[in-house]
Amino acid sequence: MPPEISVRIDGEDVRVRGDCSVAAALRQAGYAATRLAHDGSRRAACCGMGICFECRVQIDGRERLACLTPVAAGMEIWRDA
Amino acid sequence: MSTVASVDVLIVGGGIVGCAIAERLARAGLSVCLVERDVLGGAATAASMGHLVVLDDDAAELALSAYSCARWQALAPSLPATAEYRRNGTLWIARNVEEMAEAQRKQWRLAQAGIDSELLTAAALAEQEPALAAGLAGGLRVASDGMLYPPVAAAWLARQAAAQGAQIRCGVGVRNLVEGAVLLDDGSELRAPHIIVANGCAAPELLYGAPIRKRKGHLLITTRSAPRVRHQLVELGYMQSAHGGDGESVAFNVQPRPSGQLLLGSTRQFDDVSSTVTPRLIQRLILRAQEFLPGLATATALRAWTGFRPTTPDHRPLIGPWPARAGVWLACGHEGLGVTTALGTADLLAAQLLGLELPFDARPFAPARFAAQVSHAA
Amino acid sequence: MRELRSEVLVLGAGPAGIAAAVSAERAGARALLVDMQAEPGGQIWRGQWNKATDSTARRWLSALRASPVEGRYGLRLVDVPAPGEFVFDGADGPLRVHCERAVIAAGARERLLPFPGWTLPGVFGAGGLQVLAKNGWPVAGKRIVVAGSGPLLLAAAASLRSLGAQIVLIAEQSGWRDLAAFGSGLLGTPHKVVQAAGLWRKLIGVPYRTGSWVTQALGDNEVRSVIVRRGRQIVQLDCDALAVGYGLVPNTEIARALGCELRDGAVWVDMHQHTSVPGVYCAGEGTGIGGIDQALVQGEIAGCAAAGRAELAATAQRRRRGSERFAAHLRRHFGLRAELRSLAQDDTVLCRCENVAFGAAKACSSMRDARLQTRLGMGHCQARVCGAACEFLFGWGAATPRPPLAPAGLSCFNLSTSAENPQEPT
Ligand SMILES: Cc1cc2nc3c(=O)[nH]c(=O)nc-3n(C[C@H](O)[C@H](O)[C@H](O)COP(=O)(O)OP(=O)(O)OC[C@H]3O[C@@H](n4cnc5c(N)ncnc54)[C@H](O)[C@@H]3O)c2cc1C
Ligand SMILES: Cc1cc2nc3c(=O)[nH]c(=O)nc-3n(C[C@H](O)[C@H](O)[C@H](O)COP(=O)(O)OP(=O)(O)OC[C@H]3O[C@@H](n4cnc5c(N)ncnc54)[C@H](O)[C@@H]3O)c2cc1C
Ligand code: FES
Repeated sequence: MPPEISVRIDGEDVRVRGDCSVAAALRQAGYAATRLAHDGSRRAACCGMGICFECRVQIDGRERLACLTPVAAGMEIWRDA
Repeated sequence: MSTVASVDVLIVGGGIVGCAIAERLARAGLSVCLVERDVLGGAATAASMGHLVVLDDDAAELALSAYSCARWQALAPSLPATAEYRRNGTLWIARNVEEMAEAQRKQWRLAQAGIDSELLTAAALAEQEPALAAGLAGGLRVASDGMLYPPVAAAWLARQAAAQGAQIRCGVGVRNLVEGAVLLDDGSELRAPHIIVANGCAAPELLYGAPIRKRKGHLLITTRSAPRVRHQLVELGYMQSAHGGDGESVAFNVQPRPSGQLLLGSTRQFDDVSSTVTPRLIQRLILRAQEFLPGLATATALRAWTGFRPTTPDHRPLIGPWPARAGVWLACGHEGLGVTTALGTADLLAAQLLGLELPFDARPFAPARFAAQVSHAA
Repeated sequence: MRELRSEVLVLGAGPAGIAAAVSAERAGARALLVDMQAEPGGQIWRGQWNKATDSTARRWLSALRASPVEGRYGLRLVDVPAPGEFVFDGADGPLRVHCERAVIAAGARERLLPFPGWTLPGVFGAGGLQVLAKNGWPVAGKRIVVAGSGPLLLAAAASLRSLGAQIVLIAEQSGWRDLAAFGSGLLGTPHKVVQAAGLWRKLIGVPYRTGSWVTQALGDNEVRSVIVRRGRQIVQLDCDALAVGYGLVPNTEIARALGCELRDGAVWVDMHQHTSVPGVYCAGEGTGIGGIDQALVQGEIAGCAAAGRAELAATAQRRRRGSERFAAHLRRHFGLRAELRSLAQDDTVLCRCENVAFGAAKACSSMRDARLQTRLGMGHCQARVCGAACEFLFGWGAATPRPPLAPAGLSCFNLSTSAENPQEPT
């Protein structure tokens, strides 16, 4: 098993695999959705390659795509969900 | 091919002005045909910010814009939700004592037209809009101003007209005006005793000598995670210093969209007729906006675009009969205020055409004021 | 803003971009390779940079490591403010690159089509779930339905299975006649047959249905089951994820922003991969879907040409023709069936970003009309997803790209180096 790291997701400390994308880390930690659509429905990563923008989250204060961003220890991640 | 059909009124152009006129005249019982060469609400109307604002640079503009804002307000309950009409008000921002004095004068001028407004101290301004930079002098709040999403409003007006029997023809342009008729791009001819040219910047294509120049503008919209703003925020120097002259100018003008996105404006320049975004101007627009809203530093831009304001030499629209040609009317040249003034324009033109009582003085808008220039050209 | 200069800028570090950058350096030019992903590899070699298991990947990735090519990753091209100028956005803020010549190697994306339930979490592109999984998305033990069209379904299913997923079904919308014709056509490109045979070996025991497609995904907060149709037969299958993609679409927005001519939805290039714009080359999926071999060959040619040594690519030129045959073959046999146009209901979301319903879009006359009246395509993805869908559903053309090419920090527009700081009017 690859080493685990700690990140904060929606203000909670979570341990995730250190060798993956933020999108994958969120899923491993049990978060199914990344954002809410205008009508309140839940959305999550879809294209996996920076095209659909469904996986956007706030990472360390800036809007980023979870599927293109490798997770790193100490990251502060907020979902829009 | 030469099919001839005939209506009472033929309107060239399906921007917000043409659509408003179609609705007004169809409601009056005339048979109306509107011809739009592209899509409804596509040209300047699509590029616009949709700020419904009373401007007071001169008495005529004040009368037209105040009348029009009241008309939008009256129409609001019927507008579809997707037209996004809201009355968030305008907050005119003063940076220093001179501009604060200007705010006072503005308050007085608006009062002449029956528009209430409220002077804000620096502290009151900060309380109204916490995202604004520190160190501003204060402002003037005009609660009755509004905003909407212009392309949907234009298409809705056209649908209302159609419901009263008007024909709305999109995808075919008017190629030529002839005696009592127009020739369309598909070769057919449409006869009408009244022809209303409401095609914005394209008026000179049909009426040689129509005194209209394109004044380019840039806008940029952010994503939802921008600083939070409640009113349309405009710097008081907007008309006076920034956009007054003929040179290139940039002024702070920000609109909160219902989605939480921010629409940032605006730039003005003549002599650039390409629709491409000029990086230098976008840069200036952003730097200007950041002086007022420092929180924009971490904002994300979604899209930038340009549009052209149809501009006349004295910055007032052309509304009324075109002196060089019997039966031809103009409703164009609304520059940066045509979304606001579309409804007032429609009422003024309808009153002239139908011989009704005028809602306000028509003379400042009469195309005849450029008669010398026109007869010269014709 | 941070600035860099380079002779040849390569946009995209998939197989085409890697081959272009390495070849340009071999031909004597200084090359800069930039990609929005965290490491080179593109879509097919996702996750191979640090542990290459594929022999072609190993060969090219070590060639890249050994070459003096400068690589910058995690940077997305967002603006082309002037000829020879490129602005990228990334976690550390913007970067501006000045270059003499550029090679666009931005690859392709999947065509996703709307159907009821397609916005549920747990519904992915077919390649989409594959690449997510290559970056750690947990699929082990999950029941996955793979659907859509094209050879990518097999590649996706094989790699998901190798990561421990249980593939419930592969539903290919093309009929078996088309597939048989496709398969026999491959006999002209023998190593494709070997590749295909390799994939099939990895998929032994997995149900594969031709002429079938997913009509609906069901679930409250996540997908729980899907409805699959085959002729008149309709079945409901429980699953934890649906991976569905209807082939690939070339990414052309960079080329269009630079003014390059397109033909049939792909970037037009001459035999040296030169586009219609002087100094701009294009290689890989952007010139038309053709897969990895085409990407590598075109990358080599583009890299040499951009370095001013087109003659060094003579052997690659010979291989180019074979890869073109495969590409044409692919297009012929994976046409989409008309039934897919009626999957979406009037209330099904079509534009995911702005939540525009299929019914609202259908009432419009063109992409531009739909943009203005419904805001379709005006959100974050800038019509990358719904644009390709609308092309298939309504025959609408793409809208002209406007800056930024993708959502970008406002600082990306601050072009001033301190000397040219613009003056505000006073
Ligand atoms: C950047 C920008 C921001 C703005 N912000 C605001 C704002 O906040 N508030 C405000 O009130 N105003 C604003 N405006 C101004 C406003 O957009 C215009 O004044 C208004 O849209 C003009 O409407 P129109 O119908 O006259 O012209 P247009 O909207 O330009 O419509 C003219 C129509 O005529 C059609 N046409 C042209 N020639 C022919 C032909 N020969 N045959 C058939 N059809 C033809 C065109 O296709 C077009 O659809 C802004 C403008 C710009 C550019
Ligand atoms: C999701 C997906 C999965 C696939 N999986 C397989 C597979 O398993 N087997 C197979 O044979 N084929 C697969 N393919 C097909 C694939 O397109 C080709 O095999 C091959 O990867 C094409 O190489 P390329 O270099 O042309 O493009 P790509 O590999 O797509 O590389 C393009 C690169 O450009 C980058 N890029 C794009 N735009 C920008 C920008 N604005 N700024 C910075 N960087 C940018 C992208 O991040 C990407 O890394 C897949 C395709 C997709 C879309
Ligand atoms: S999953 Fe589509 S952009 Fe990240």
